[in-house]
Amino acid sequence: MNPTLAGFLQALALVGALALSYRPLGDHIAHTLTTRKHLRVERVIYRLIGVDGEAEQTWGSYLRSVLAFSFISVLFLYGFQRLQEHLWLSLGFPAVSPAVAWNTAASFVTNTNWQSYSGESTMGHLVQMGGLAVQNFLSAAVGIAVVAALIRGFRGSGGRSPEGHSTRNRTDHLGNFWVDLTRITLRVLLPISIVFALVLVAGGVVENLHAAQVVHTLSGATQSIPGGPVASQEVIKQLGTNGGGFYNANSAHPFENPNPFTNLVAVYLMLVISFALCRTFGKMVGSNKQGYTILSVMGLYWVASASLITFFEHQHSGIASQIAGAAMEGKEVRFGIPGSSLFAASTTLTSTGAVNSLHDSFTPLGGGTAILNMMFGEIAPGGTGSGLYGILILAVVTVFVAGLMVGRTPEYLGKKLGAREMKFASLYILTTPAIVLCGTGLAMSLKAGHGGGMNNSGPHGFSEVLYAFTSAANNNGSAFGGITVTSTHWQTALGLAMLFGRFLPMVFVLALAGSLARQTPIPETTGTLRTNNPLFVGMLSGVILIVVGLTYFPALALGPLAEGLH
Amino acid sequence: MAKPLPTPVRNHLTGLRILLLFTVLCGLLYPLAITGISQVAFSSQANGSLVKDGSGKVVGSSLLGQNFTVVSADGRTVSPDPELFQSRPSAAGAKGYDPTASGGTNKGTDDPDLAGTYTQLKAAVAEFNGVAQSQVPPDAITKSGSGLDPDISPAYAAIQVGRVARARGLTDARVQALVTKYTRSRTLGFLGEPRVDVLDLNIALTELG
Repeated sequence: MNPTLAGFLQALALVGALALSYRPLGDHIAHTLTTRKHLRVERVIYRLIGVDGEAEQTWGSYLRSVLAFSFISVLFLYGFQRLQEHLWLSLGFPAVSPAVAWNTAASFVTNTNWQSYSGESTMGHLVQMGGLAVQNFLSAAVGIAVVAALIRGFRGSGGRSPEGHSTRNRTDHLGNFWVDLTRITLRVLLPISIVFALVLVAGGVVENLHAAQVVHTLSGATQSIPGGPVASQEVIKQLGTNGGGFYNANSAHPFENPNPFTNLVAVYLMLVISFALCRTFGKMVGSNKQGYTILSVMGLYWVASASLITFFEHQHSGIASQIAGAAMEGKEVRFGIPGSSLFAASTTLTSTGAVNSLHDSFTPLGGGTAILNMMFGEIAPGGTGSGLYGILILAVVTVFVAGLMVGRTPEYLGKKLGAREMKFASLYILTTPAIVLCGTGLAMSLKAGHGGGMNNSGPHGFSEVLYAFTSAANNNGSAFGGITVTSTHWQTALGLAMLFGRFLPMVFVLALAGSLARQTPIPETTGTLRTNNPLFVGMLSGVILIVVGLTYFPALALGPLAEGLH
Repeated sequence: MAKPLPTPVRNHLTGLRILLLFTVLCGLLYPLAITGISQVAFSSQANGSLVKDGSGKVVGSSLLGQNFTVVSADGRTVSPDPELFQSRPSAAGAKGYDPTASGGTNKGTDDPDLAGTYTQLKAAVAEFNGVAQSQVPPDAITKSGSGLDPDISPAYAAIQVGRVARARGLTDARVQALVTKYTRSRTLGFLGEPRVDVLDLNIALTELG
């Protein structure tokens, strides 16, 4: 088969699988978030943790629960790593050093999964399973919980209603964080993980508790074959848009991603929840069309980005790759250009950050597109939950801009967007760029501390630093991996970027949700801007491009553009 | 009765309790159950798709690439084994193909050092296999992301056929037939790229005698 056609069919198969999952999965998540019925096991959990499953929280209370839970998680994960040598299945590895343990704890709790360590030589099996993989589940669930609270702010009917759709009452109730966390993990993440973990093992991903096994190769040398409960962690790493690899090479490692089939499954898993949440959103606000509108914008950006990266990688610009004849540095033969590009686009447009090829070795514009993907705020379709709340904030901004143009009070989904709402939306939009640009600027100016870690020289070296802060602040976790980030400076700076990049936006999202929830819904009139048609799709797409483009253009010009446009 | 704890303390205690609960559920029971099922139902895959040579000795994993080299009599130099198909170059560990140090070079496509390395490698691969430099495919000189790539492209296998046949005293046709047998096309006709698993091919080759 012609390679171009094969690449196209591969993408088409993925789109088909995602389309088939959209309604059932989206409806299931909506049901999970709105039903009044608790499962028996959930009642047991609520009793054990001392929570009233029927209680509703205000935005402040919801936020305090999110923060308390995340704070405890960081402490716990830090301690777990520091005590590794005394634990079962440590494989003889010593305690993780304080700087790495701090960075990793911040990284996994914030759904970033930035890795400043090499899995196969740092983490024992118990820390991987009981520490890191647990946060893969829970940090993903936290993201979905926060977007659930925001949607409840729009529908204004409190957390749960028997019929599961809008009753549009004035309230300050946004649901219950502990109930959301428990339900999302038990009813959504765990069942899908169980099924697909077995699919991955059948496909060749390893799943055992062995230490490395030394064999004599065909040429008589020795090779140490690693073990580990990889498949069970791999599946939630993708499904929860986490991205932290069991091994250093992440999804390029043949034990994590042995063939083109497991590769397609991986890409499917990282996209499926975030796309399906559009359906959940539509269902919960009582208009599936609102969900399709958001889905269209996400889909548009995803298709454009995947096509661009594939195109740039095929072109293989660059002196070195012209000599080689293809941009195959850092890529695996089994995936080739199409399989690597599709993965790269999807992992940077979600907050996954897993890699099946090394982005540092991508062409300047291919790698630049990956940076731009993250700069958009990871909204196409974004991380589990965080992608949807990110794009909903941008939709709020779009409605406001459109309202200014026609001189009407902007309203979205029956709620007025006044000064208070716009302040929260603006703060959200400003937070991440502030962290990325200040962080990058500081790192470049403090040569002794940060700038020293670059692997490549010239604009590509700058791209490595820009990529690092963009990835950390947007909770992506992928890297231009050549950069050396093991110094205490880097560990601390990126750890803080991840924490602020995760939790400050959540504060603004929940504050916005609280402010929306308190409003009495206003009925739609002929003068209301419609937010469920192609015109709005175009406006929202434009706002995303302009807001992000203007913010980051100077930084991009110094890095990927300077390198890629000769 | 004791005074109820202040709300922030209660919040953190709830957080700790739910975290411990899910650590047991998602961090122990779930992976152990998956491991148990996998060990019974998919034992070969779950344990790393290990492969044996003709004598039944485990020589590696189908999924992990290896160096196929010969050591000189004085033990000082290690060079590619002309009797075996060669894998891609690897950046994993000092000698390459070290699974305890998976990874790639992370060099950009404009990197001058990388360009120099490519020029040298291209000449070396062409000379070793007795073919023109223009016939050397990209995967023969680029390093993979994992440093453990088990596969080479059919094009890289094709330029090695003549050299392997000469070194082993076999006909080109015999070696070519084996390469064809071990060439895997795209999954379902459109997923991934056509490729040859080098270790599997080399094991079959050594069994030919």
